[in-house]
Amino acid sequence: MRIGVITFPGTLDDVDAARAVRYAGAEAVSLWHGDHDLQGVDAVVVPGGFSYGDYLRAGAIASLAPIMREVVDGAAKGLPVLGICNGFQILCEADLLPGALTRNEKLHFVCRDQALRVENADTAWTSGYGAGEEIVVPVKNAEGRFVAAPETLAEIEGEGRVAFRYVGGNPNGSTNDIAGVTSANGRVVGLMPHPEHAIDLLTGPSVQGLGLFTSVLAAV
Amino acid sequence: MARVVVDVMPKPEILDVQGQAVSRALTRIGVSGIEVRQGKHFELEVDDSVDDETLHRIAGDLLANPVIEDWKVTRL
Repeated sequence: MRIGVITFPGTLDDVDAARAVRYAGAEAVSLWHGDHDLQGVDAVVVPGGFSYGDYLRAGAIASLAPIMREVVDGAAKGLPVLGICNGFQILCEADLLPGALTRNEKLHFVCRDQALRVENADTAWTSGYGAGEEIVVPVKNAEGRFVAAPETLAEIEGEGRVAFRYVGGNPNGSTNDIAGVTSANGRVVGLMPHPEHAIDLLTGPSVQGLGLFTSVLAAV
Repeated sequence: MARVVVDVMPKPEILDVQGQAVSRALTRIGVSGIEVRQGKHFELEVDDSVDDETLHRIAGDLLANPVIEDWKVTRL
């Protein structure tokens, strides 16, 4: 099982994402933004950071990078893709996920441990959790407020495509407390909080983030 | 060459927290009664071979995110 982790100019969390992949028991494969090559990986993680300095809009320029053309093509064939934080923003900009991420309600960069509820435990990245299970992982962003057109919102809520919801306090004014969403087929998931930072008690608030990386092992 | 301006603004229904912050700062310099919405202004130097359809495509595909923003293309 080989899981690709993409590095763009300005990516920060690729090392932690690769570490989470290894903790889950898979091989982490570094993928470069400028390549048109997924190196035959079984799944892809688009990690967090500030790709292209958040120029234009967070994730906008990275969504057009050569490697993202391959990710979009792969996703159309069922390749599991996980976008974390800036990676979530990139997947929305690439139209792999609905909605958009905007400036936090109070304009603050929020950095804290955050409780989440797993709303959909049937996706490629959440099958290891129970539906309704609560986990605590770090959240750290300034543009994490999920918004979508009313009809889009009704669709993703109606189809159970909210993957994670904030509990115990919404950190950024995100619509309906949405922390993460999934594609219609459950193969692509994006979330603003950072499960890759919650895989070892030495450095994280819990090990409850590891479940995303172990879930996908059963999905390919 | 032609000069083209693309103005991008958050949709009216999108909470513009940056504009709100600017509005609040205005009261600190003693000005009230002004509500600000903040957007982006792009100035393009465009080859004559680029048609309007292309300009609207780049505005909608890259300069603006249609989920949250409206845009206007103006040839000067």
